[in-house]
Amino acid sequence: MSIYLDNGSTTKIDPKALRAMIPFLKDEYGNASSIYKLGLNAKNAIEVARKQIANKLEVSSDEIAFTSGGTESNNFAIKSIAFSNREKGNHIITTKIEHKSVINVCKWLETQGFEITYLGVDENGYVKGLKDAITDKTILVSIVHGHNEFGAIQNLKEIKDICGDIYLHTDACQSFTKSDIKYADIVSINAHKIHGPKGVGALYIKKGVRIDEWQQGGGHENRMRSGTENVAGIVGFGKAATLDSKIEHIRELKDYFITKLEKMGRVNLSKDLPHVISVTIPKIEGEAIVGSLDMEGIYVATGSACNSNTLEPNQSLLSIGLNPIEVNSTIRITLSRFNNKKEVDKTIKVLERIVKKLRDISPL
Amino acid sequence: MSYSKKVLDLFNKPRNAGKMKDYDGIGKVGNPVCGDVMWLYIKVKDEVIKDITFETFGCIAALASSSIITDMVKGRSIDDALKIVKEDVLNELDGLPPVKVHCSVLSVDALQEAIYNYLSKNNKTISESLEKKHQELEIERKQVEEKYKDWVQKEEELHEE
Repeated sequence: MSIYLDNGSTTKIDPKALRAMIPFLKDEYGNASSIYKLGLNAKNAIEVARKQIANKLEVSSDEIAFTSGGTESNNFAIKSIAFSNREKGNHIITTKIEHKSVINVCKWLETQGFEITYLGVDENGYVKGLKDAITDKTILVSIVHGHNEFGAIQNLKEIKDICGDIYLHTDACQSFTKSDIKYADIVSINAHKIHGPKGVGALYIKKGVRIDEWQQGGGHENRMRSGTENVAGIVGFGKAATLDSKIEHIRELKDYFITKLEKMGRVNLSKDLPHVISVTIPKIEGEAIVGSLDMEGIYVATGSACNSNTLEPNQSLLSIGLNPIEVNSTIRITLSRFNNKKEVDKTIKVLERIVKKLRDISPL
Repeated sequence: MSYSKKVLDLFNKPRNAGKMKDYDGIGKVGNPVCGDVMWLYIKVKDEVIKDITFETFGCIAALASSSIITDMVKGRSIDDALKIVKEDVLNELDGLPPVKVHCSVLSVDALQEAIYNYLSKNNKTISESLEKKHQELEIERKQVEEKYKDWVQKEEELHEE
């Protein structure tokens, strides 16, 4: 049996979510825009899911637009806000610790006449310098909610207070169902991080936010995002959002894991989000650890440069003060409600053996 | 990332791993900032590499590349060993993913540096091409040191610990 500890990357689909989807992959194949019964069944299922997502976020259904996932939601939010509010200003504030689907959108916007400020974070991973970065040209602040590498959750209330009338977007893909998401005007979420299917996400857009349609066509999703709906995916997403995320179980497991991991390395932050553990194991390269664990059927992630095409160390980990050598010796373990203590014990046992073996052949 | 069976076998059970005392030459290449550090130790007798071991901080491909090159040169003459190019390492490994090809380069560099170190310590003739290679690696090393000066000392500290 394999042990899956990379839930920050994606999660196993919950059988209940899968079961809810199946009819819409089989007999209920109607187009939700059709006016006959088969179409209406699809339409109704989408609206139920929309309500489920809205309830979880404690917002109203007509503030939710479904998308193809977190990356699209981030593109939608940032680009649409940018171009819809261009006459108000061309300045956008984000951070150095964002997901690539935020960073690279901002980099592209720089080529389109926008100016971007990339804020740093303090040693606890919290954004600093927002107040001073705001100018009268600032139209959007986009800050990740729960961080995928080191688990810090930003204080959105404080951030929104500083923003005032300036729109606040947050990428909440990692924190959705694991922490309350309030105060932001636009929120990106997706399904596959919460035991739902891949290829579906949503954008919460608070009523009154000035934002143009993202994808032109037949006027789906309240004319915000056209395209025939991924009915089964949306249904699975809605169902997944209603399930008990068992945060206490995950947090207990994490705390237990951390006490064991601290004996072999240094745990980096990993406090706020219940499921994220970042650990630096000195003198060993991260991918070698990941590869060794893989051979034993244990799946974790690495933040090391060696795993990327650019061979540049992970920027988020550098931002919280790790040096590049430490970044290359860092692995990320992300838990889910499907993990248990036995898996943690097994992983620690295997890890101890691997660490010894790899240290013996390391020149460092 | 998808590796050949050969690479995974070598990663899992590396050959000739570990530190060598009383070596005749040592080649140190790479840096932990970029992700890989490879040290090769050689023992030479009658211009033949009698023994060779490695220590590597690196990914699967780096560990496999260092391991395979030790097997490839053990018992061979220095002249033969200097003929090894990255393609030979890649062939022996049944290939590496494109982003990992630099790991095979690193192992060849480490071998050449170990031989260079042996030759220069013993005041032996160093070919023009080996000298040129050594100079290139020195320049590269200095550039990394310049870019990451605060952290490069850290490598030495970690080794001392």
